[in-house]
Amino acid sequence: MPTLPRRRGIEAANRGWPTVVDARPAWPVLDLVSNSAAQTREIGARLGRRLRTGDLVLLHGDLGAGKTTLAQGIARGLGVADAVQSPTFTLVSEHPTVADGHPSGDGGADGDRPAHLYHLDLYRLSGDGELDSFGFDDYLAPADGVALVEWPERAASRLPPAYLLVRLEPLGDGKRRLAIEAVPPGGRYAWLGELRRELSGAG
Amino acid sequence: MKILALETSCDETAAAVLDGVRVRSNVVASQIALHRAHGGVVPELAARGHVTAVVPVVETALAEAGLDRGGIDAVAVTEGPGLAGSLLVGVNVAKALAYALDRPLIGVNHLAGHVYANWLGLPGEEPPPVPAFPLVCLLVSGGHTELLLMADHGRYRLLGQTLDDAAGEAFDKGARLLGLGYPGGPAIERAAAAGNPRRFDLPRAWLPGQGAGFDFSFSGLKTALLRLAERYRSPEPPRPRPASPPPGRFAEHRPPAFTPHAPIADLAAAFQEAVVEPLAVKTARAARAHGVRTVLLAGGVAANAALRERLRDEVIDHCGGEVPVRYPPLAYCTDNAAMIAAAAHFASDRGEETGWETDVHPRMPLVADG
Repeated sequence: MPTLPRRRGIEAANRGWPTVVDARPAWPVLDLVSNSAAQTREIGARLGRRLRTGDLVLLHGDLGAGKTTLAQGIARGLGVADAVQSPTFTLVSEHPTVADGHPSGDGGADGDRPAHLYHLDLYRLSGDGELDSFGFDDYLAPADGVALVEWPERAASRLPPAYLLVRLEPLGDGKRRLAIEAVPPGGRYAWLGELRRELSGAG
Repeated sequence: MKILALETSCDETAAAVLDGVRVRSNVVASQIALHRAHGGVVPELAARGHVTAVVPVVETALAEAGLDRGGIDAVAVTEGPGLAGSLLVGVNVAKALAYALDRPLIGVNHLAGHVYANWLGLPGEEPPPVPAFPLVCLLVSGGHTELLLMADHGRYRLLGQTLDDAAGEAFDKGARLLGLGYPGGPAIERAAAAGNPRRFDLPRAWLPGQGAGFDFSFSGLKTALLRLAERYRSPEPPRPRPASPPPGRFAEHRPPAFTPHAPIADLAAAFQEAVVEPLAVKTARAARAHGVRTVLLAGGVAANAALRERLRDEVIDHCGGEVPVRYPPLAYCTDNAAMIAAAAHFASDRGEETGWETDVHPRMPLVADG
């Protein structure tokens, strides 16, 4: 089982933006420190631009960890034009994307281009027996878009075997740690290594 | 005209009968007691509730109104926005009733319903003075934070909205961060009553230069409260920290525990004021900018006394004492069907009717033609 670098490593590397805590190319977890909400959105946008139809992204972190901020960035990267509000009370928000807002919109196979972002928030649920009422399973591998799930632990036993997991943790001073990993490693999220190189270059 | 209305867009199963704008009955099958036992809302139970409760709720609304089905002139229902599965229950029952009774079907936007709650008086009471147009309405609930301009009946313009958390959601999450109860709005309000709002300085998101300056944001406030509250948390027992939980498994979030003398009342008061101030000030600014004749509050957060008082003060400061601030009776602030019937009453006056092909509209916007 991979382990994250020790915390000391984060503080030492905590300058510039965004900090890739461990840049070893084979490391399965892309471990970042974001210094502001704007950086968190930018990281999200870079993730969003790489997402394809059928992808599932899970955002795990407590209240105030930056989940909705990251979701707003992912939506921007996918080409969502409208405001992405927290779906805590509504459980699911559907956002259409605009064709030229996503890299695959010009030239990519059309079937690949996510036409919708399905933004789920399971905060209000207390267990995974309560998911059927709004068709939770139907949203997980959407045929025309990407599913993004906040508070996925409320549906732990109902998750499919493959997803992109982002763990968020506040570090104080407005900084956030983001640990991004493909589960299982590689697969349809093999581009994570590419993102690591891109961010290492930018830092 | 007697309208039977159904509302099942979220957690409540509701039916009501209105005669004009007079409420003949207003029945809400709320499951808040059940929810409190779980420390949160339980949607599956709520949705099952829609299916099993909808017919008895309709029958009760008719019986309390002293009518049988044949006495109804039209059937109204919430078409959206809301949760598709929940909306579907109300829409299908309303369609079936309207079809069987050969009466018109009137689809209503849930947000319009909240605004029209301001036209209603309690059963047996005179309706309140008719709100004068143009007006602005601040709609604040668990799922909504919208500032609307209405030039006339049915003519809405969205002036601003939340960019992240809804105001009611902010109250719920703030209450959780402070270890207070659910629902969070009343819990914060109770705790804040004994608190000093000026002991702590929490940020207000004024968002200058974004849109028309009437948008709201409460996400940063939540984070600021979290950081303040952390100072007073009891030290956590050390826990073995697996550097990376195995894939598919998640570390647990612990509920907060506070030191005995944590200033929870002061934190709650500061938080409440930081939520209320931008809502009240921006609504008053919008009222002045658009020269309105009425300011309305709507939605569950309209029950918050601090918001009502601050809004009244700000409207007097911005517009003088001539512009009244109104809010619905408490029973019509939270989700209910009387407000849906009220919106349908005025839609019907304009000759609006909904076809049988209508479906649910989970992301239904308010028509922007103001």
